[in-house]
Amino acid sequence: MMLFLPELTLLGAGLIIFFVGIGKNGGNLVKNIAIALGAIVFLSTLVASGQEGTLFFQSYKVDLYSQTFKLMIGGALFAVLLFANKLEDIRQEIHPEYYLFLFTSVLGLMMLVSSVELLAIFVSLELSSFAVYIMVPLRDDTGRFRFQMEAGAKYLLFGVMATGFMLYGMSLYFGLTGSTQLDVLIAELPSMFNQPAAVVATVLVLCGFFYKLAIFPFHFWVPDVYEGAANETTSFIATVPKLAAVALLVRIVAMVGDSGTVMVNLLMVCAIASMFYGNLSALVQKDIKRMLGFSGIAHAGFVLLGLLVFHITGYAHAIYYIAGYVVMNLACFLVICSVAPQGENVQIDDLTGLYKRSPLLALTLVIGLFALAGIPPFVGFMGKFFLLVDALKQDYLLLVTLAAINTAIAIFYYLSVVRVAFCTGEEKLPSITTPLHLKMLSIVLMVIIVIMGVFPSYFINYAENTILTLL
Amino acid sequence: MDQLIAYPEFPHLLSILIFLPLLGIVPLLLVNSDTFSRNWTLIITAVVALLSIRLITGFDTSTTQFQFAENYTWIESLNINYQVGMDGISILLFLLTTFIMPFCVLASWSYIKKRVRTFMICLLIMETSMLGVFVALDFILFYILWEAMLIPMYLLIGIWGGPRKIYASIKFFLYTLAGSVLMLVAIIWLYQYNSYSFFIPEMMWGEYSFTAQLLIFIAFFLAFAIKVPMFPFHTWLPAAHVEAPTAGSVILASVLLKMGTYGFLRFALPITPDATFYMAQPILWLSIAGIIYGGLTALAQQDMKKLIAYSSVGHMGFVTLGIFVLNQQGVEGAILQMVNHGITTGALFLCVGMIYERTHSRDLQAASGVGQYMPVFVTFLGFFSLSSLAFPGTNSFVGEFMILAGAFSLDTNQGLFPWLALAAIPGAILAAAYMLRMLQKVVWGGTNNPDQSWLTDLNTREILTLAPFLFFVLWIGLGPQPFIDLMRPSVVALLETLHSHQDTSLAAADVLLR
Repeated sequence: MMLFLPELTLLGAGLIIFFVGIGKNGGNLVKNIAIALGAIVFLSTLVASGQEGTLFFQSYKVDLYSQTFKLMIGGALFAVLLFANKLEDIRQEIHPEYYLFLFTSVLGLMMLVSSVELLAIFVSLELSSFAVYIMVPLRDDTGRFRFQMEAGAKYLLFGVMATGFMLYGMSLYFGLTGSTQLDVLIAELPSMFNQPAAVVATVLVLCGFFYKLAIFPFHFWVPDVYEGAANETTSFIATVPKLAAVALLVRIVAMVGDSGTVMVNLLMVCAIASMFYGNLSALVQKDIKRMLGFSGIAHAGFVLLGLLVFHITGYAHAIYYIAGYVVMNLACFLVICSVAPQGENVQIDDLTGLYKRSPLLALTLVIGLFALAGIPPFVGFMGKFFLLVDALKQDYLLLVTLAAINTAIAIFYYLSVVRVAFCTGEEKLPSITTPLHLKMLSIVLMVIIVIMGVFPSYFINYAENTILTLL
Repeated sequence: MDQLIAYPEFPHLLSILIFLPLLGIVPLLLVNSDTFSRNWTLIITAVVALLSIRLITGFDTSTTQFQFAENYTWIESLNINYQVGMDGISILLFLLTTFIMPFCVLASWSYIKKRVRTFMICLLIMETSMLGVFVALDFILFYILWEAMLIPMYLLIGIWGGPRKIYASIKFFLYTLAGSVLMLVAIIWLYQYNSYSFFIPEMMWGEYSFTAQLLIFIAFFLAFAIKVPMFPFHTWLPAAHVEAPTAGSVILASVLLKMGTYGFLRFALPITPDATFYMAQPILWLSIAGIIYGGLTALAQQDMKKLIAYSSVGHMGFVTLGIFVLNQQGVEGAILQMVNHGITTGALFLCVGMIYERTHSRDLQAASGVGQYMPVFVTFLGFFSLSSLAFPGTNSFVGEFMILAGAFSLDTNQGLFPWLALAAIPGAILAAAYMLRMLQKVVWGGTNNPDQSWLTDLNTREILTLAPFLFFVLWIGLGPQPFIDLMRPSVVALLETLHSHQDTSLAAADVLLR
């Protein structure tokens, strides 16, 4: 019971929201219930954080690794729910369903980080994906926006394609080893990497998670989905699933171990291509969500640096990096949601004079963006620095140089947002009032960004401990 | 860690000096009042300045190790430590920074009218990171502070700057950041090579191959040459100087530019000695190009801030010239000239800021002929202009003279004709030309001066801001020996070790190029 507590809580949360949806209700009721349920989910992950054990015929493993990720997922979900607006651009009568899908998706993600069996992984991944496939086009199609349908279709089609690749890879694994249990695979696989089938299978399985994390060449859905989905949906897509995707990527990469230069080269090419593609495309964006989408591709490329060293510190740093990335992104999306109470898309120019309209939001945005850009002393810098150190330890000098050059490219588009928010807008604009809970949330996010950046030791050690439970 | 000497009488002196400004932010965050912000920031910076005097009394010139050292574990897994310490190269620059900051606050007293609190917070963050840069002995600590200072400086220019502030601030940020990312790669490479240590003294004089040294040197050179800025990487400087508020210009000129030249001395010379010898000649001639170019461009400016900004390019050219002649007069002159430039150019920017507060123009024509109505102001301006053109008896004369002497002896010691020093001389003449042109315009002007009769002369606060600068101009100009004594042991030790590498390095370069 305690082992499965967060998942059960989520399931219960979904059901409660579902029953609330049967009755007629108006105003903020659904939203407040959702926030309360989000808090309960977060608490349940906190309560269950020390649990260990296996469930469901060894296909579901609860350990420090999975519980840490569940805690982060729960926290990120709670944050997204807190700063979500009234969902003005989603029809009032389907709000309960929207939250139902949100909780279902998170349920899938939490199950994903605990799954240690290929079919369980597949089912959880699909559970989380299909809920989001529906959430994207839920945005109101009668009014101002029409591209949410295109976004939804793209998301679905690319998702199904990537899932197909992954399923094929899993079948190859099964053909090679005769088992779908990851611990059997861990024992069998390393001796099989002289066979092309093992390499192909691993690459195909990775495809599924590359899609979730938006790594080149599985990134095509990102800009349109980020732009087309409601701000709240984008905030969710940009943060919570990335955590689960990295959790599983680390699990799989740790499972296959160092599998030869083919794998390393492949990951390297993906990393470099993601960084350059993401950063160069982000340079010309006008919509801030689109820009953050492209920057997310570049950041995903950076995460790969930690994986392709095939070493435990590398994995730990990748986890540290993605955790930091989620916090920085939450800070940015908090501001985006706050400046667009009607749920409209935010152009970069709409942030004009944000400093005058709301100093606290402007500070949150500037810290989030500078952290994303990798300027010390924030977590973004430390994460990048650790990953560069890992890669250079393996003598990947070219890779490190290219990655370093990318941080210089990236600074331009982050700066251009800071410029608009801080340095323009002499004319009088209406100020934005932020409710108390948002003020506290933004301060908490800023503090986390700084603390993780200045005192990373504790977090790194913790991440390493969680990974030790994997091996 | 035997290179570190603690200071038991006052064990955490450096850390207190570094972090006091950062802690000083806390009350500013809590109290939203312009008057309080100004007074509080002045108090904090003044306390730091007074406390830093303790460094002079406690500094031991008989050793070349790092003094006032502190050493704490910071990030254990990567062997990153909080290590700070000070030697003869950094002490003057550290003191210059602590000394400049209160006057930056005074200069912003009435100049900054909007968002005073945020401005003061930016100044305090700047102070912490600048002080840290000069004493950091862990390369990652250095890099973090070096980069972190970009944010407050960007905001100083971007929020309180002039009409083209957005262009200037972004150019400043991009240039400096792009220059230093490759330095990070070099730092990590050095960390690998030195058995996973970021301790800077351990990296010095290492057995690196010549190719590695050359690549590291190029990475360092890009970062530092942009910060100095050396010709042809100087284009961000006039833009940033012109648009920044007075305090921003002063910090830029007095402290930030010194970080580049400090970087050359602290990192490039000891870590890559062979590459330094190999690259010295081209860098010397780049310095000459900067001196001449800065002088000629300054001569053509109508905007007073731009004029001083281009004169900075010339003066910093003298500093890099002094460093890369790689002899004692040259390097000592360079360090002294760093301090001189900080004092003189900082004071000149303060003067221009005072004019700008009254006339709201930096145009030379609009400010012409104020001498009649602002006698105290033009007295100060005259002294600082003379100092800037290296008039004998002022501080810059001593520095430039030592640098030129170093450049002369570089060639004559090898029996060559002193082309290098000869080429630098026109820079000194140009400096006289453009400074006197400005001084003539401002003091007397011409027959068609604008009506300046409504101008009020400097008030007490402004006089108090400028007077200490004048004091140092004359002190260093007439009695520079105490300053040189502070740096001499460290400089001598640096050059001795450097020259012991010279023979091997030239041989290595020969092999590589053959």
